[in-house]
Amino acid sequence: MTFVDDRVVITGIGQSDVGRRLGRTGVDLAIDAALAAIADAGLQPEDIDGVASYPGNVPAEGGFVGALSHDIRDALGLSTTWVLSGAETPGQIGTLMDGAAAIAGGRATHVLSFRSVWESTAQAAGRAQALTGVAARAGGHAEFRMPFGAASAANWIAMYAQRYMHEHGLTREQLGQIPLNGRRNAARNPKAIYTDPMTLDDYLDARMISYPFGLFDCDVPCDGATAVILSRREAAGGLRRPAIAIEAAGSALYERHTWDQRTDLTTMAAHDTTHHLWQNTKMTPADVDFAELYDGFSYLCAQWIEAFGFCEKGKVGAFLSEPERFALDGDLPINTHGGQLSAGRLHGYGFLHEACLQLWGEAGERQIPKDVEIAAVGVGGGPEAGCLLLRREG
Amino acid sequence: MTRPQSRILPQVTADSRAFWSGGAEGELRIYRCHNCGRWFHPPVGVCFRCRSRDVAPEAASGRATVAALTVNHHPWFGEVFPPPYVVAIVELAEQPDVRLTTQIVDCPVEDVHIGMPVEVDFEQHDDVWVPVFRPAASTTATRNGGNQ
Repeated sequence: MTFVDDRVVITGIGQSDVGRRLGRTGVDLAIDAALAAIADAGLQPEDIDGVASYPGNVPAEGGFVGALSHDIRDALGLSTTWVLSGAETPGQIGTLMDGAAAIAGGRATHVLSFRSVWESTAQAAGRAQALTGVAARAGGHAEFRMPFGAASAANWIAMYAQRYMHEHGLTREQLGQIPLNGRRNAARNPKAIYTDPMTLDDYLDARMISYPFGLFDCDVPCDGATAVILSRREAAGGLRRPAIAIEAAGSALYERHTWDQRTDLTTMAAHDTTHHLWQNTKMTPADVDFAELYDGFSYLCAQWIEAFGFCEKGKVGAFLSEPERFALDGDLPINTHGGQLSAGRLHGYGFLHEACLQLWGEAGERQIPKDVEIAAVGVGGGPEAGCLLLRREG
Repeated sequence: MTRPQSRILPQVTADSRAFWSGGAEGELRIYRCHNCGRWFHPPVGVCFRCRSRDVAPEAASGRATVAALTVNHHPWFGEVFPPPYVVAIVELAEQPDVRLTTQIVDCPVEDVHIGMPVEVDFEQHDDVWVPVFRPAASTTATRNGGNQ
């Protein structure tokens, strides 16, 4: 069984400039990404009849919501039969999965799916606004975290990381191999934010944020937008290159959507969603040629490595102790563009974009030096997670 | 560690009022299902396990164990809530799979560890009693801050 009966393929990708303080709006960046993706798929804007994005019109400041589906739909004058956005979805690629389902269900033919952020520019402008300047009380899930000083995902995820370290012996030196690998790969990525070489000592000596996370365990806010075109297979004729099929998708969450009540604190929703993915394909982790795994914090990437089954449960420390295995020329290259830790927080879509680039052999200096056909993409952290297994056709 | 001068306070709801106000009587009030007998958190008007609507807040002992923690070093709140401080997930003595995210207070940050016994203490801010936790007194000592 394959996702949506293999009736939907990825036909194009696009990305805006990516950087710090670009001084542009999230909508402006998303227009660049959308137009690039539409052209990449060999389509015209008139062909796009569906739009999906993350996170939609949620209350957030600081450039988190770069552009709404309607922003781009209206900016490009699209005539649509289907549109969606949302944050209450399995990871940042959740609405992309819904876009595929919409095509398979006959609601659309070509769906533009995107994520835009302009956090660097927005936060530079509003830097004086400390959290204490927010007079409002904390509601929703923040109600039970903010009063205790648990202000950031850095705090919430650091607690999971320390529990894993306690139970399974993961060390900071092992965890540091994730940002170090990303930094090495970022040096070959002209769009990456951080490209200077980094040593283990640089990593260990960096300012502590929330133990065990130092500065380089935390990704870097940036400005940038990424778009992907999904097409009904029969409508994807005349492509200049093979399409990318979605072999399987994982969207499961088997427990409550929570940051502190999960039964096993050494796992996250990534474990549920990868379980779901592997239930829906005959492929196994051994079939995967490379992986692009969310690293908003280093430990999230470690969770995805374990969740996908690239190591046994509890053994990610040993896996990380052999960084040559997941280097660009290793058995299982990981985060070949630098990940969000070095290439910027494009919030999930950067991994999907990179997976497609690699599958199409268009990754330039950082192209994996072997033929790659199957990619694993895992996006999200904590209770937010969605994953894809991509297969290049032809 | 020092207590912060101020905290961002919760938006208290009808469901969470007991949790945030129980400290006025020295009680850590957690929702419990009267059908299956089990506790759960955060508070809501149905048991997620057996779906009974017969649920209500009840005073827990206030004893707990540190299940996970982080020493926060970043000044998210500026000088009014100065780092370093410990954010922790604690498991209630009554039922370890009921956890609270909280702050561990009244001890050096480096002394907090997974498995550490802690007990609740309440900090009043306006109409809210924030349940923080501190190292447990010896098991024979009387708990402070309560009305027992």
